[in-house]
Amino acid sequence: MLGYLFRRLGYALPIMLGVSFLCFMLVHIAPGDPLVSILPADASAELQQQMMRLYGFDRPLLEQFVHWLWRALHGDLGSSIATSRPVVDEVFKAVGNTLMIALLATLIGFTFGSLFGFVAGYLRNSWADRLASFVSVVGVSLPNYWLGMVLVIVFSAQLMWLPATGAGPGGSGDWNWNWAHVQYLILPALTMSFIPMGIIARTVRALVADILSQEFVVGLRARGLSEWGVFKHVLKNCAPTALAVMGLQLGYLLGGSILIETVFSWPGTGFLLNQAIFQRDLPLLQGTILVLALFFVALNLLVDVLQTVFDPRIERG
Amino acid sequence: MSLSQQQLVNEFRDVGGARQPLLIVRGLKKYFPLKSTGFGLRRERLAVRAVDGINFEILKGETLGVVGESGCGKSTTARLLMQLTEQDSGELIFDGQALGSRGLPLREYRRQTQMVFQDSYSSLNPRMTIEDSIAFGPTVHGVSKREALERAHDLLLRVGLEPARFAGRYPHELSGGQRQRVNIARALALEPRLIILDESVSALDKSVEAQVLNLLQDLKQAFGLTYLFISHDLNVVHYLCDRVLVMYLGEVVEVGPADALFEAPLHPYTQALLRSMPTTDPLQRTEEAPLAGDPPNPINPPSGCRFHTRCQDARAVCASVAPIFHEAVPGRRVACLKYQPDSGYETAQIPLREVTHG
Amino acid sequence: MTAAILPDPTGERLDRPAVVRSRGHGANVLRRLLRNPVAMIAATILLLLILVAIFAPWLMPADPYATSMLKRLKPIGTEGMPLGSDELGRDLLSRLMLGARLSLFMGIAPVVMAFVIGGSIGILAGYAGGWLNTVVMRCVDVLYAFPSVLLAIALSGALGAGITNSLVSLTVVFVPQIARIAESVTTGVRRSDYVDAARASGASSLLIIRKHVLGNVIGPVFVYATSLISVSMILASGLSFLGLGVKPPQPEWGLMLNTLRTAIYTQPWIAALPGLLIFITSVSFNMLADGLRSAMEVKQ
Repeated sequence: MLGYLFRRLGYALPIMLGVSFLCFMLVHIAPGDPLVSILPADASAELQQQMMRLYGFDRPLLEQFVHWLWRALHGDLGSSIATSRPVVDEVFKAVGNTLMIALLATLIGFTFGSLFGFVAGYLRNSWADRLASFVSVVGVSLPNYWLGMVLVIVFSAQLMWLPATGAGPGGSGDWNWNWAHVQYLILPALTMSFIPMGIIARTVRALVADILSQEFVVGLRARGLSEWGVFKHVLKNCAPTALAVMGLQLGYLLGGSILIETVFSWPGTGFLLNQAIFQRDLPLLQGTILVLALFFVALNLLVDVLQTVFDPRIERG
Repeated sequence: MSLSQQQLVNEFRDVGGARQPLLIVRGLKKYFPLKSTGFGLRRERLAVRAVDGINFEILKGETLGVVGESGCGKSTTARLLMQLTEQDSGELIFDGQALGSRGLPLREYRRQTQMVFQDSYSSLNPRMTIEDSIAFGPTVHGVSKREALERAHDLLLRVGLEPARFAGRYPHELSGGQRQRVNIARALALEPRLIILDESVSALDKSVEAQVLNLLQDLKQAFGLTYLFISHDLNVVHYLCDRVLVMYLGEVVEVGPADALFEAPLHPYTQALLRSMPTTDPLQRTEEAPLAGDPPNPINPPSGCRFHTRCQDARAVCASVAPIFHEAVPGRRVACLKYQPDSGYETAQIPLREVTHG
Repeated sequence: MTAAILPDPTGERLDRPAVVRSRGHGANVLRRLLRNPVAMIAATILLLLILVAIFAPWLMPADPYATSMLKRLKPIGTEGMPLGSDELGRDLLSRLMLGARLSLFMGIAPVVMAFVIGGSIGILAGYAGGWLNTVVMRCVDVLYAFPSVLLAIALSGALGAGITNSLVSLTVVFVPQIARIAESVTTGVRRSDYVDAARASGASSLLIIRKHVLGNVIGPVFVYATSLISVSMILASGLSFLGLGVKPPQPEWGLMLNTLRTAIYTQPWIAALPGLLIFITSVSFNMLADGLRSAMEVKQ
């Protein structure tokens, strides 16, 4: 078991290194001189030379990468060109905001998705099953940015129940867990929840249908186990995989939040990315992507390991 | 060329003469490394010793049977002979020429040696028609597509399948016995001299098995073939084979003419194996299983003679001295200290059960 | 049962009855697909959309680029503008029709390219095995470690807006996914007995790949790729929605969704229309891909 842990870690580390290198390279594949985004266009040649040496752009690529990585591991991801604030600060503030809607979305998605999935799995091949599978196909085919717009149209523009954009009446700076603030959470989280809902519904349905069709369930019923007992049994068997899928979906939501955050102007990491791209703020872009990507890899690792711990049936090489 | 001329072709290709064995296997060794366990100092490199230095010959025109328990290395030996897996060490000498030498490059060797696998379904490409599967081999060696297809049809007829009905079909549309006939036809397509049959009839129903065995005999006559017949079914081996080779845990323990071996086996393992054959003769009732327990782990074989842990005739010396595979009786070779004078076996009085071994 | 074959002096086999040919695998799959009602409805919708995209310039009622400050944001059913007009007064129907071209293209093209590139990488790595396989697949894994949206945004953000750049980033997103499945299927095929038999007949690796491996690998990989098209469409339109893909004034559904956002309070249904089309196309592709998968999975 410990051996597996070490092996899995040993596999994840080179991946993280590769991911970091890719993030580092983003700046260099961008067209134009990296300096262009740091200095005004009419800077003197001298100033340019100075800056080059300061940032280390004149050193070989690998050396630059090592320096950059070294600084990153010490929490220094450079400063945002637009705001001159340290990138780390901006990113972690934004991560908190994104986590709020992402966690809520995952919760909603998991709850309703499991519900639909269970119902569909129990009532296999009935109209309820077909409806549930239709809903889940719809869930994964929906462009979530469009769904967000539609929800805004319905709930904000037409019904005026919920606000359309923003993270609170006073911006994200001051947050309180009261209705005035929480109402801003609802639409973004709801929008985000559709895709995980669809995927979890599909997964749970397949798991439940598979377990119920196995012969040992017939055996359990024949020995007098009540339906509730069977249900608990099915629950126990589904739980590890379903939870694993949920964990992964959370990861995808964190990484892919940009579209929804743009629609709702929610000040999370996605919104930050958007700003970074349009202001050509490369340090901010790099830093945000690095944090998100590494977080995703770490999450995958965690889910993998937890799955092995909780589900002894999974064979790990 | 037409099939009836194949025999002439084989004689024409005979390079070494009638006395030269068709295939000499010398010192063939193949270990399969396992994932190493532990870290640093405790790291062990373990390997499954599938085939551990075997020597034998296949004579021209004979059917040589290979028997042994699961895991003894029969299939690995077959794959090594076909060069589907490369050996760690050892050489193959085909009709006097070493494989890999200028006189016998691998491609030429592969024309002359073919194999029929155990699983008739997985050995045929599910996306290819029967005739295409059979015709593939010849096209690799330069035969035109049209001629290869014609040859395929002829071979189908030869193995008892009507070309008009079967040539355009796919493997999943045939029964197990029919597929195995197709595999035989495919093996014949390259006009080989040696055919390795690795448990080729084991998966078939008994009645179908009998038909296929008869077919194999027919073909051997018609084409002057040599067979290496690997099987766990001792009755079939006795029926079909001229000589028999017995393997245990990656080594050859006995070789001899089929009748002699079955009547009077020399090696204790062979004796136990033959005693395990079920029989309806009331005079041969046994109560004790002739062969106890499972074969030892091929990763860490027993010291000395590998069979000593399960041998009824084992003595103390068997745990420390490995027997040499030699000719104990004219025409029969065996690896057992019983037949080795000066091995210390004669003088060792203590039966092995009272001695612990590592 | 064995009959002797007499050599035919004329060289022609006149007495051979014709060989009965069985229907091939592809034909079977197609037949099963055609019998699937949901898949057929989806296919019809897609066919319609593709036809509209191809013939848009001739089908359009008005000029999709003609702006008019007076005719901004007219509702559905306006005279001369059956689906209303956008925020610059352009006829929405015409823009939607022309927009189909870019939207469909940006959705399908990256998957096609990823299929070719990723498929080749996967098949070669899968057949080669050993250290080559490990190195290649590790590199693939690094790309795979990013969530798709993030990778697409990162690459597009770095490269800049534009159709070519978007195509490149989307292809890079899908290559690892296809390469993985191609490698996995190829490794399975590589281990099968019929590949061993082909090796035993002396064929070279390239010939074996061409005649034995390819036929058995392309099927599953193709099915997987078709399921990626809807994702690609949504992602491509998403990039345009963010301003990273197609540049104005070219019509593209995602871009239109972005520019029409300001209209959600005044003409909500017009604002939602481009997204509806993305949704319909995406659902249809998914249904078709599902149908294809079922058709291929049937045990023969």
